Amino acid sequence: MINGRSLRLDGNAAGGLLNEVFPFDMTTAEVVCAGCSSTKMIAELMLYGHGMGSVLRCPGCDTAVLRITHIRDIYRLDLSGVTGLRIYERAS
Amino acid sequence: MAQQLKWQLGTVVEVRIETPTVKSLVLDLPDWTTHQPGQHVDVRLTAEDGYQAQRSYSISSPPEDHHVSLTVESVENGEVSPYLTEVLRVGDQLELRGPIGGYFVWTTASLSDRSPLLLVAGGSGIAPLMAMLRHRAASKTMVPTRLLYSSRSFDEIIFRLELDRLAAEDPSLEVFHTLTRQQPEDWAGYSRRIDREMLDEIAWRPEENPLAYTCGPTALVEAVATHLQNLGYEPGNIKTERFGPTGG
Repeated sequence: MINGRSLRLDGNAAGGLLNEVFPFDMTTAEVVCAGCSSTKMIAELMLYGHGMGSVLRCPGCDTAVLRITHIRDIYRLDLSGVTGLRIYERAS
Repeated sequence: MAQQLKWQLGTVVEVRIETPTVKSLVLDLPDWTTHQPGQHVDVRLTAEDGYQAQRSYSISSPPEDHHVSLTVESVENGEVSPYLTEVLRVGDQLELRGPIGGYFVWTTASLSDRSPLLLVAGGSGIAPLMAMLRHRAASKTMVPTRLLYSSRSFDEIIFRLELDRLAAEDPSLEVFHTLTRQQPEDWAGYSRRIDREMLDEIAWRPEENPLAYTCGPTALVEAVATHLQNLGYEPGNIKTERFGPTGG
């Protein structure tokens, strides 16, 4: 929180970080949420934190769909909130 | 096509003062390809001790421009924005990667049904929508477009003169302002936060199959998306981009 306001952004802002791991535009990739089985574009997820590590949550049920950190040259991904991932192959 | 973005160096060729707290940085980027209106870049600052801070900023220039403009609001106690707005000078270099994002984009090339366009901005959330309006003007497509723009006061309206000019030159573009904190004495626009009644007056009817883009502080974006859905807009036709506290 800054000035009492949430630092929540949307998944669109994680596009650069995700592109370090996946060689595609991931903001338009679709994930199936393990919590509520809904399909959402990564751009539509709620993003908490920014920079070194991020959590992307489902806007419908708040499940942590995807966690990603980049610390000392190691990327760690926790995808336990994802039951499906569809990536569109096209120029990002 | 797989593509990994690389960090690249840009040179500041112009700094435009937009409002007392907002500047546009015009960058020369030798390795830039092109972008779509609505996309953003990640900006990275590196301190002498190696500490790095990174933020995302929307591109406010259209793809037709030779240079790339970022419109940045200085956030008090921010880690990145005060450097960009107060320290950076013409001739300085800036590290960034982009363009990023394929969701919050609008191009005249993707127009198949000439859906009318509704743009709703709060504060510096005008930046990606300005790229769309400038692209629209450059390509002379005349897609019926309405912009509803919420600012705190008259002096804080970003791109005010350019928006006036664009609307005066083009009958298919209508611009509506609301000022939430302070209004000039002769103010004829709205004087409150964006609410359902205001959107009901300004927004295209759902039967017209409109496309809506809203960008600004989280609370504004979520309120606009909810009101538009209640007015009958298809959720898939409402694209949102939240700025958080305005980027930091």
